[in-house]
Amino acid sequence: MSHLIELTDIYKIYHMGDTDVHALDGISIHIDQGEFVAIVGQSGSGKSTCMNIIGCLDVPTSGTYFLGGVDVSTMEDDQQAEIRNKMLGFIFQQYNLIPKLTVLENVELPLLYSGADSTDRRQAAMKALERVGLADKCKNLPSQLSGGQQQRVSIARALAGNPSVILADEPTGALDSRTGREVLAFLQELNREGNTIVLITHDNSIAVKAQRIIRLSDGKVIYDGPADDPRAVVQPHEPGEEDPA
Amino acid sequence: MSFTQSFRLALKSLLTSKMRSLLTMLGIIIGVASVILIISLGDGMNNMINSEFEKMGANLLQVEVMSPNSSRTVTDDEMYQLAQENPGTIAAVSPSVTVRATVKAGGDTLNASVSGVGEALPSIQSVELTSGRFLYYVDVERMQNVCVIGAWIDQEAFNGAGLGQSLRINGYEYTVIGIIEASDPEGGPTSYSDNQVYIPYTNATRLNGNATISSYLFSATSDQANNAAKAAIESRLEQLLGSDDYYMVVSMSEMMSVMGDITGTVMTVLVAIAGISLLVGGIGIMNIMLVSVTERTREIGIRKSLGAKRRDIRRQFIIEAGTTSAVGGVIGIVLGVSLAQAVGPLVGIEAAASTVAIVVAFGVSVGVGVIFGYLPANNAAKLNPIDALRYD
Repeated sequence: MSHLIELTDIYKIYHMGDTDVHALDGISIHIDQGEFVAIVGQSGSGKSTCMNIIGCLDVPTSGTYFLGGVDVSTMEDDQQAEIRNKMLGFIFQQYNLIPKLTVLENVELPLLYSGADSTDRRQAAMKALERVGLADKCKNLPSQLSGGQQQRVSIARALAGNPSVILADEPTGALDSRTGREVLAFLQELNREGNTIVLITHDNSIAVKAQRIIRLSDGKVIYDGPADDPRAVVQPHEPGEEDPA
Repeated sequence: MSFTQSFRLALKSLLTSKMRSLLTMLGIIIGVASVILIISLGDGMNNMINSEFEKMGANLLQVEVMSPNSSRTVTDDEMYQLAQENPGTIAAVSPSVTVRATVKAGGDTLNASVSGVGEALPSIQSVELTSGRFLYYVDVERMQNVCVIGAWIDQEAFNGAGLGQSLRINGYEYTVIGIIEASDPEGGPTSYSDNQVYIPYTNATRLNGNATISSYLFSATSDQANNAAKAAIESRLEQLLGSDDYYMVVSMSEMMSVMGDITGTVMTVLVAIAGISLLVGGIGIMNIMLVSVTERTREIGIRKSLGAKRRDIRRQFIIEAGTTSAVGGVIGIVLGVSLAQAVGPLVGIEAAASTVAIVVAFGVSVGVGVIFGYLPANNAAKLNPIDALRYD
């Protein structure tokens, strides 16, 4: 049980009418503390399902998932919520900030649900905002910030609860390339400081910023190794299908 | 999820969409306002009725005798004797003789009602004098031509300086020896005692052509003695008249409680009808909350992904529904109280909004929000975080 994330023989099967769709077809992934891993795949490869399971937003049909030594693969809704709150920090493509709350209140949310008292909450949230360089915007509403700034707020929110794993789902997808590079550089910096980061993307040029790439196709792992290996970025041959993004 | 943040968010969203909030709260506002209005006016009416009863004497017992023939009658002496024999239950007695008489002051005929009574009347009913004195025993015994008049008569006939002046009742001259305080400060002959002219009952019987006295007023010694006094009077009358068909004893306390029952029932029915609009208001809140949950599916997904449990989400939406209906309740209370103040004088009732009614109305409106907010809140709590996050 030395791995931080340990997925063993995970299947996720959706029933669509008469046919069963194997979104994940028996994958096993181990991720250690302090790694920066990119999970890459085209749409339909199962990477989103994989991220939902790693993020405790969903449970596998079969297989086991140990997060920090705890079996989370069979947990109930509310138990998963607690795991998400304590161990995971999410960064989404669409930032997913709550528009009615100020920047500070948004960053405080995970601490609110963990039951921290208001002074601790404020302190930790301000610290996280300082880290992303947006402490001066704490009273603003998200809509008053640029896309890059909003994504930095969502990074601050992911950091505020001091999670074991930061899960970034296409974090640069909605940003122009320059701001996207800044966000990636920031994730690399967080990784150098010791944070475990799992990045989900369809884009090889982004995936190569990680140390390790796990490539999924049709619900199976087709590559798992260092990002600088040439095989990591080879597109699997899929005739007649274009990557939509 | 902290209570204060949910509460603040709820207030914020109420303020950001004012029209929608107003329409959401309208049912609650109307419901609470009408409940408060009905209770205020009802309480005011009860107070008014009770004070009228008090004025007539809360321990009053009215006796009507309908003699079948001249051989079986009840005399005033017999009634005085009855009172003397029951000192524990009967405090006082006075005959009450209505005289159809023409009352004139100078040349003007007055719209007055003339009653012949005994000297004990002030201890049976409230008779407050502003000047002079009430009838004495000697006045009754010696059939003196003296009278006590109501404030309106005093004003009409003597410009308020009637004491010592004289009135003509059926042509006989009566000296005014006392003036009764105005019951209605506005004046006017409508009030119970303001156009009264009290004369000794002995004189009144003579004016009526020596007819037998058919009406008596008793007062019981206390609230508790009312029933005993009534029983004592009834048994004596039955003994004197030989049957219980020939008399009637009405106790004021019985009438008060009958009256109270009637107004209570009417109020309950009215409040229940107004309560229906609270129900409708609750459904309105539920409706809007269901819409709000759908609109905010993504927000719910975000909150869940950050670790909000079902109960956190449920609580947030219940607080929101409760806040909406509470604000509606407060507006309704303010509206109801002001309406009661405005409408009360128009119908001649001094509206009295009780603190209890206000507190209960507020509590009920919060309760309605919480109850009707539960279903939408529970729907929100049960949302799957993945689907909710993907929702646009």
